Amino acid sequence: MKKRITLFAGHYGSGKTNIAVNYAIHLKDMSLPVVIADLDIVNPYFRTKDSEEELKEKGIELLCSEFAGTNLDIPALPQTMYRAVQDKGTYAVMDIGGDDVGSVALGRFAPFIKEENNYEMIFVANFYRPLTRTAEDALEIMREIEAASHLEFTAIANNSNLGEDTTAEDVLSTLCEIEKLSKLSSLPVIMTAAKKEVCALLEGKIDNLFPLNLQSKII
Amino acid sequence: MAEKVLMKGNEAIAEAAILAGCRHYFGYLITPQTEIAAYMAKKMPKIGGCFLQAESEVAAINMVYGVASTGKRVMTSSSSPGISLKSEGLSYLAGSDLPALVVNVQRGGPGLGGIQPSQSDYFQATKGGGHGDFKMIVLAPSSVQEMASLTVKGFDLADKYRMTSMILADGTMGQMMEPVSLEEAAVADYDKSWAVTGTKCEREHNIINSLSLVPEELEQLNFKRYEKYKTIEENEVMYEEYMMEDADICVSAFGIAARVAKNAIAMARAEGIKVGMIRPITLWPFPVKAFKAAAEKVNSFISVELSMGQMIEDIRASVEYNKPVTLCNRAGGMIPSPEQVLEVIREANKGGNK
Repeated sequence: MKKRITLFAGHYGSGKTNIAVNYAIHLKDMSLPVVIADLDIVNPYFRTKDSEEELKEKGIELLCSEFAGTNLDIPALPQTMYRAVQDKGTYAVMDIGGDDVGSVALGRFAPFIKEENNYEMIFVANFYRPLTRTAEDALEIMREIEAASHLEFTAIANNSNLGEDTTAEDVLSTLCEIEKLSKLSSLPVIMTAAKKEVCALLEGKIDNLFPLNLQSKII
Repeated sequence: MAEKVLMKGNEAIAEAAILAGCRHYFGYLITPQTEIAAYMAKKMPKIGGCFLQAESEVAAINMVYGVASTGKRVMTSSSSPGISLKSEGLSYLAGSDLPALVVNVQRGGPGLGGIQPSQSDYFQATKGGGHGDFKMIVLAPSSVQEMASLTVKGFDLADKYRMTSMILADGTMGQMMEPVSLEEAAVADYDKSWAVTGTKCEREHNIINSLSLVPEELEQLNFKRYEKYKTIEENEVMYEEYMMEDADICVSAFGIAARVAKNAIAMARAEGIKVGMIRPITLWPFPVKAFKAAAEKVNSFISVELSMGQMIEDIRASVEYNKPVTLCNRAGGMIPSPEQVLEVIREANKGGNK
């Protein structure tokens, strides 16, 4: 059974937003009522807001800062953000900002999430990011995020990628690190995410594949 | 070849600086370059380096002056309004002939402007960047890999010529993620006999200073510095020529604008329009000769810029006003689309642009 709230957190640029947007669409495709909440208060450019039209088309409500994507660099969240944690009739996908700095905003909502206790908090790992090349480095960032957000992770997701150039081999060669992280953190690998074309090649080699449509790029 | 990692442009600058032997970073946070400082804050303490968040941009650039005086590799980074604050320090670095690396990840202006990408600090970077007669070597990366390689190059040129190198990027270059491979840079042995390192009572004092009490001597210092600039103009120009062999039209763009322009050129080529591009990599020294030579072959030029038209003045001067140069631009944090550039190329192909 899906948990009501799914949170994606991790290191800067680990691909949280891409997974969150795809996961919200995945829930919607199962005819579930879904809101997606962009809690990123640190990243100025690439964020959930960029997928606003696609989400709207699918009938997924987006909760985000009214300053996202504007010229204002204000780390503010709107009042409506409480819907994600208080509206128990709706599934919520929460996209958390990068690192401990980005997850501070989540702390405000942690008491509600803990009280309801119907959530999955997923650490998104990309072992091709320079500061999380190893399971040990990733674990350090996990612990920092937990301290900042007042919530503990319940699962990990492998989203190791080199952007659009990612090959199936690139993903396969990170399997030992994600298993190591799973062992170190005692948490299950809930999914391995990769772009659709790559997932097709990984079929049968990895369990719990989650195919991604990548957010559109301008350049 | 080193293993590939996925990096933001800002992170690539920071990691490349560390690989180039930089162990001193002084900065102050400002979007869209904050990841440089964040990366340095995480990494420097682990490798025995110094990351210091200064109380202001003015403080940071003067800390750069201090470390540069000792001959150590040192850098700071900021975005447009912050670079304006640093401009006094840039002038003092020039006046004291000190090597340093300064990064400007530009955002829309003037004033506080906004946080979206821009190239409107071209004048500020290439025509001095502070008071007095001076130049900075200005490098314009167009990919995350180049953010790294030009950082290394910037340190080398700074040491070689005892002056400031500036990386002139924009918000998109700083924020976008691409796979890069980074390798430890081989640092050449540059003469640092001028550095303030303590005489140990074994040599004369070295004095780092930008004050001159005698006008005749200050004039000579300026003459000497401009002799050096001439050598750099002769030897250090870098640019990329793209599909220029048979081109009738020459597009010129740097940084993110060059990536947009490349897409537009592919679209125009598909329509049979003979168009190519000169992409300046050094904005100073500007590739004057390349443009002058291109003017012999092409009918017209198009300058694609995220500004109200700044590099276009250097293109016009380089082609000695013999060929029309059209501006294709967006400003204030907006980026031209490939379609917008294509439309200007089509017009030029009809002989319509002036």
